[in-house]
Amino acid sequence: MKPFTYARPSEASEAVAALAADPDARFLAGGTNLLDHLKLGVVEPSQLVDVNRVTSTAIEDLPDGGLRIGAGVPNSDLAADPRVRERYPAVAAAILAGASGQLRNMASTGGNLLQRTRCVYFADPTTPCTKRDLSQGCSAREGWARYHAILGTAADGCIATHPSDLAVALVAVDAQVQVLGPDGARTIPIGELHRLPGDDPTRDTVLAHGDLITAVDLPAPTPAVRNSTYRKVRDRASYAFALVSAAVALEVRDGTVADVRIALGGVAHKPWRATVAEAALRGRPATDDEFRAAIAAELDAAEPVRSPLGGNTFKLPLVTGTVVSTLRGLAGGTA
Amino acid sequence: MTTMDARSMGTSVRRIEGPDKVTGTATYAGDSVADGTLVLHPVQAGVARGEITAIDTAAAQALPGVVAVLTHRDAPTLGDTGDPEHRVLQGTTIHHRGQYVAAVLAEHAEVAAEAARLVVVTVDENPSTTGFDPDAQAYTPSALANGQPPDSGVGDPDAALAAAPVVVRASYATPMEHHNPMEPHTTTATWVDGRIEVFEATQGVESSRQTLATLFDAEVVVHASHVGGGFGSKGLHAGTVLAVLAARTVPGRPVRFALGRRQMFETVGYRPATVQHMALGASRDGRLEVVTHDVVGATARYKEFVEPAGGSTRSMYAAPHRRTSHRAVPLDLDGPTYMRGPGEAPGSFGLECAMDELAVALDLDPIDLRVRNEPEVHPENGLPFSSRGLVECLHAGAERFGWSSWDRTPRRRLVDGWWHGVGVGCGTFPTLRFPGSAAEITFTGGRYVVAIGAADIGQGARTVLTQIAADALGVDVGSITVEIGSTQVPVGSIAGGSAGTASWGSTVVEAADRFRDKYGENPDDGDHADAATPDNPWAGEYAMAAYCAQFAEVAVHADTGEIRVPRLLGMFGVGRILNPTLGRSQLQGGMVWGLSMALHEESVVDPRFGEVINHDFAGYHVASNADVRVVEAEWIDEDDPYINPMGAKGIGEIGIVGVSAAIANAAYHATGVRVRSLPITCDDFLTSGLL
Ligand SMILES: Cc1cc2nc3c(=O)[nH]c(=O)nc-3n(C[C@H](O)[C@H](O)[C@H](O)COP(=O)(O)OP(=O)(O)OC[C@H]3O[C@@H](n4cnc5c(N)ncnc54)[C@H](O)[C@@H]3O)c2cc1C
Ligand code: SF4
Repeated sequence: MKPFTYARPSEASEAVAALAADPDARFLAGGTNLLDHLKLGVVEPSQLVDVNRVTSTAIEDLPDGGLRIGAGVPNSDLAADPRVRERYPAVAAAILAGASGQLRNMASTGGNLLQRTRCVYFADPTTPCTKRDLSQGCSAREGWARYHAILGTAADGCIATHPSDLAVALVAVDAQVQVLGPDGARTIPIGELHRLPGDDPTRDTVLAHGDLITAVDLPAPTPAVRNSTYRKVRDRASYAFALVSAAVALEVRDGTVADVRIALGGVAHKPWRATVAEAALRGRPATDDEFRAAIAAELDAAEPVRSPLGGNTFKLPLVTGTVVSTLRGLAGGTA
Repeated sequence: MTTMDARSMGTSVRRIEGPDKVTGTATYAGDSVADGTLVLHPVQAGVARGEITAIDTAAAQALPGVVAVLTHRDAPTLGDTGDPEHRVLQGTTIHHRGQYVAAVLAEHAEVAAEAARLVVVTVDENPSTTGFDPDAQAYTPSALANGQPPDSGVGDPDAALAAAPVVVRASYATPMEHHNPMEPHTTTATWVDGRIEVFEATQGVESSRQTLATLFDAEVVVHASHVGGGFGSKGLHAGTVLAVLAARTVPGRPVRFALGRRQMFETVGYRPATVQHMALGASRDGRLEVVTHDVVGATARYKEFVEPAGGSTRSMYAAPHRRTSHRAVPLDLDGPTYMRGPGEAPGSFGLECAMDELAVALDLDPIDLRVRNEPEVHPENGLPFSSRGLVECLHAGAERFGWSSWDRTPRRRLVDGWWHGVGVGCGTFPTLRFPGSAAEITFTGGRYVVAIGAADIGQGARTVLTQIAADALGVDVGSITVEIGSTQVPVGSIAGGSAGTASWGSTVVEAADRFRDKYGENPDDGDHADAATPDNPWAGEYAMAAYCAQFAEVAVHADTGEIRVPRLLGMFGVGRILNPTLGRSQLQGGMVWGLSMALHEESVVDPRFGEVINHDFAGYHVASNADVRVVEAEWIDEDDPYINPMGAKGIGEIGIVGVSAAIANAAYHATGVRVRSLPITCDDFLTSGLL
């Protein structure tokens, strides 16, 4: 492990300035992702700027009936908050489907959104990886690609997936991310926070160096959001990242889909809002056949990976099964 | 012939070191840290095959806090143990990725790690093969890992297959798997005046001592009072040799080397991958005419280890014509080794799934099929069985499991969106006794001190030996103190082969008999007796083995293919259970691992890099708590007077055997999808077109 220095500012602006002044400095929140990467040699920061004193740990009511979640709120507190559980069930469920009790106690809201991919090649500095180093190739395409992306991939580029469960649920409920950067504060819709890899997979998000997430706002819940859930499919029953996950919100009136939100995890470089499927479903009968047709339309653009070490073509039927079963459950049937 | 009377044996005496373990005061190999202990960090080969042409240690040596940097250039020539893995820093040839090529000693772990990173190793890389291809050029090994011949045969199996009215042929695949005991391999070593003292995470202090004494031509003392699991991986590996080599350069200062989790995937062995070609031929009424089990397995090019996957097929079922064979494909990886149920665990997947497929082909209950093929004597060597509980396990297990309430037709029960089904798989594991232990009993201060260099790797040896000694001496367990886990007490054989308790226990009983013969019921302080492991007079007269029938209920999600195991029941014929609490925990532990093997465990080698690419617990899954629902281990009453005085068969390995087949068979019953490759995951069902 390379030597580094540590700072613990008491003002958010100081933290931002510290990063702005040092291109190799990194924010440190719970450390559950960053410290692993330090030990593995995936990142080699010159300085860690601890943001635990400068990010709020409060969940506040917003005037419109929404909530403001401080970036320092631990994942476990967020999942346990009665307002979150009642108004945004998918958000609470997504957090509880991730990591372990101990990790959720340490992990922060901001850090969760900015955790890096779990691609095994990314986490092993002895193997080439474009996301770590633009001058290198991608090892996953011809390697162990079981957990990798099927949507939004570029030819020959990075096929990593974003691993956060929370982010998927936040995308389904249209959260807004509050950011303080070297040039001041701004708001970014969560759906625009994470990027597709394009020609620069080193960047997971649109944030610039020194941008500090200060809070995440949840807009007032719609009837669909109140009837939302998170379904995570993985290789074991707990303590594993998603093969595929879905945050789904559904409002059915008189057997017809009045409102629907579908966000998918484990399928793309970012949490994937299934806008094609949503559009196909609105105003249609809430039946298995309609659900299936809608998700099939979404998956038209999918490009699964075939690799000698196991690709991910199975994710096509898996996404379909996951979404159909979750919609059916929210519509009152057997999930 | 009778087994000895039991008073304490058969009761659930509490684990003696339990309070020490739950209060964190039990000392493991890495806990014996004296002041001034140095930390070792290794430098490991980055390629699978090659020659080292240069090593530059200057930057590492210059780092403040670094005490020494070791390379092959300054390492002494080691004695020959016959095991290539022990030739650490003995030359420039790289045999596998992760091989130790240098090491740094420093005062702090961080400094040692950073210095190791600064060592520059220049290598001429050679082409390597690390991916297992069952169709690649294979050779016939001279022996299997358990010493058995690679091939066996009776009659004319090919002709019998051509003539059999009903034939099932199928191939089954099991992947490379890594043990990953909770405690990674750790050594703390000190050289003082030409004597080496080692605190070691090992399954056998004496075998470690012998190996180190041969390598270093020195007096060696090894301690292992507590070991956090071994499962076959805690023989003596290269890391221990490296730590002792390092300690030699700093006489008087302890050196500690604790493996990181990733190093557990490249330096301490694994279960090699197998592909098993099965063929069963039977009459229409379900009598086997022929069984063949042809195994192709991976081995390491530089160190042979051939998983005896076809071994149990030699004794499981009667059939006049039979064949087993083993062929090995050499890979440029570190050496495979014993892993819980070596041979039996993967081999039972092939045989027991094939039996299930035959039952389907015959439209016969799979339990009936097995009962119809129960052999009267060992089908290959003709010996009678000392006891054989398979049929009783099948019947008792079926009863308890509610087997008969299930319709045999697959794909019949859909409950809340999950397809449910049940399956059975059987298993055996040999009942062994290793020679070479010695036990000493001394009466002192009103207590009997029983000393034997046994290893408690979590299985409960300390407790069970106390019970055996108490019954053999005819006293309460409270009057016994057992001293184990060190070469400073009389030698003990390894904790392995499910033979620890049988070997040490037989020795303790012999010593107790001698003690009573010499001193009667009222010994004087200081009276003592000792004994070596007695031979079993019935060895060679009887075939001796444990048996089990494993039952699984499986649920497969109708939309997503997720597979879960709501219920496992293992019914065991293992002789006398010496301690029901500890015994159940051993058997359940094995069953949980069987579940894990069935659904989760797979080491994925990426041949481009020559390494296991999912080399941590994020990538290599073992069953989590949520995967393990109801796991019941039960046993039949079995009195076997021929195996050892206690009448106890080994229970360390049998728990895992047959579980993966039971789960695969239940998955078939649930869904109609036959999965012949482990682990079984959702994609197997999703791509079947059947969900
Ligand atoms: C064993 C294990 C299992 C896991 N399983 C899951 C799972 O199933 N599902 C899941 O979603 N997650 C899982 N995680 C990931 C876990 O959720 C994340 O590690 C955690 O949420 C990160 O939060 P943190 O506060 O610890 O971030 P840190 O590790 O401190 O930081 C992560 C990144 O975010 C940056 N950062 C932190 N705070 C801010 C901020 N306020 N503004 C800008 N940048 C910031 C840091 O610089 C760093 O780059 C798992 C992790 C582990 C170790
Ligand atoms: S998928 Fe992305 S993260 Fe993984 S190896 Fe390729 S470039 Fe790196």
